[in-house]
Amino acid sequence: MATLRGSRLCSLTHMTTTIRQLPADDPAQVAAFEARIAAGESIEPKDWMPVRYRSQLTRMMSQHAHSEIVGMLPEGNWITRAPSLRRKQSLIAKVQDEAGHGLYIYCGTETLGVDRFDLYNQLLDGTAKYSSIFNYPTLSWADMGVIGWLVDGAAIVNQTILAKTSYGPYARAMVRICKEENFHKRQGYEICMTLAKGTPAQREMLQDAVNRFWWPSLMMFGPSDTHSPNTAELLKWRVKRKTNDELRQRFINLTVPQAQELGITLPDPDLRYNAETKNWDFGPIDWSEFQEVIAGNGPCNRERLEARRAAHDEGRWVREAAAAHAAKRSQATAAA
Amino acid sequence: MAESEELGIAAGEAQAGVRAVAGTSRGPVLGPPMVEYLLRLGDDRLILGHRLSEWCGHGPILEEDIALSNMALDLIGQAASLLRLAGEAEGTGRDEDALAYWRDGVQFRNALLMELPNGDFGFTIVRQFLVSAHSVFLWEALLAAPHAGLAGVAAKAIKEAKYHLRHTSEWVVRLGDGTPESHGRVQRALDDCWRYTGELFAQDEIDTAVAALSFTVDMAAIRSRWDQVVDDVLQRATLTRPADAAMRRGGRVGRHTEHLGHLLSVMQIVARSHPGATW
Repeated sequence: MATLRGSRLCSLTHMTTTIRQLPADDPAQVAAFEARIAAGESIEPKDWMPVRYRSQLTRMMSQHAHSEIVGMLPEGNWITRAPSLRRKQSLIAKVQDEAGHGLYIYCGTETLGVDRFDLYNQLLDGTAKYSSIFNYPTLSWADMGVIGWLVDGAAIVNQTILAKTSYGPYARAMVRICKEENFHKRQGYEICMTLAKGTPAQREMLQDAVNRFWWPSLMMFGPSDTHSPNTAELLKWRVKRKTNDELRQRFINLTVPQAQELGITLPDPDLRYNAETKNWDFGPIDWSEFQEVIAGNGPCNRERLEARRAAHDEGRWVREAAAAHAAKRSQATAAA
Repeated sequence: MAESEELGIAAGEAQAGVRAVAGTSRGPVLGPPMVEYLLRLGDDRLILGHRLSEWCGHGPILEEDIALSNMALDLIGQAASLLRLAGEAEGTGRDEDALAYWRDGVQFRNALLMELPNGDFGFTIVRQFLVSAHSVFLWEALLAAPHAGLAGVAAKAIKEAKYHLRHTSEWVVRLGDGTPESHGRVQRALDDCWRYTGELFAQDEIDTAVAALSFTVDMAAIRSRWDQVVDDVLQRATLTRPADAAMRRGGRVGRHTEHLGHLLSVMQIVARSHPGATW
């Protein structure tokens, strides 16, 4: 984390930059752009890109950054109760990694001409979205294992593909983030394995956490392809490389053997291996629950946003002081 | 797990070949000097690291979330090493987790300053600044301790403490010399912390016994260097150094504030709910 230790206060104290004017799309430029995409080239910040490409990436990257920041809360909830010093250290390090990922992706969005503070304000005023999984509560220590295993596991399936996305800065961010997420997943699975081999109460705790997190983890891949409004365009521009349903199936295929290894039951009576497709078939997802959570009516939506707003509000005097001090310093330097 | 203090003393005596410092009938019962010494160092860092970890996800800016977590990680890492050494010195088979999770409040040896609630960001920063300045000079002295384990911890911890000192000094200056509001908040935090700083430098029969056994730390020299650093930063921060009035102490012998019990009830709940479980 040494690279993150340096203070970046200067960039934090200016709070007002608006989205730059975007050029209107010229069909010849769009054609040239699409030819580059088709040739597998990577798009870089200074390259011409369609307005929609820019806005789709801004949407995806900012949702991703918000998810990292809000995602600190459900796991942060157990830092003070971690049952051993080793677990406490690795949980703090994990949540800290998430802050680092958020910061990294927010900075990535700035290459698209937006200001991270504008994006952050959209999170605080409730207009921006973040991953619905973080609106579920963490109710036992086992949740720290299951979130690492299932939630980070699902994120990795998504992000491994995103590491091949056509936008260079996002792809490179994903390569780095995936390495850390893989570590988090292993750590989570190891917590699960320790609980699975533990006392009856620990095994019960693990099964209960899996029961609560299995379906929400599957929903992390987003709506089914038939109901995903953005998929076609994102695939065409190779922002996305696989559909939501393809990624979901891949996650399930990877996860079922891991659940068997743990000796726990996945809460889906329809889950069975299909020898023909070589996939694990699964039961219907309750999309009404997903829609409710997305609409702000999940178990913790209000609490998560409230926690972010409280931190922001309680930190205002600190940010103002840093800005005031920086101004005094630059005046003193100018006068000298 | 041997919960009896008496058993701890007996085993420690047998191993270290020294007399335990026995409590008077009205005073607290203390263990063998080296065990007590290591517990004091370890508990300071465990409790302060725990307090810092409470900030995770709630900092005023993302960069500070990361920095406060960094410091929490450093301190808890140091605590784990020190408590492991304390357990080895005790010789009854208690490891760092047994010591962190299965002692009651009166058995903790941290200075009172560490256990105070976080307050606002200014309080957390001022406390961390005062403690880090102390830690830098203490670790510097302990680098030469004829105790391989402790000197090893010191070699790693001094680098961490120097970073903590630099980071918190910068913030004390920013907040002190920022806005009228930040100046007022951080001056109040300094005034509130001050009466707990005396305990950081206090020496008692445990230090005397450790000196007779192995090594001594020149606390007066540490105090004088601490004074210099603190005065310098406070001056740059336009803050007023509080007067050395009555100092609060007691943590070193298990006489804590009411806050520690609440901290431990959270920290120990999962471990204590499942005796014998591994995590």
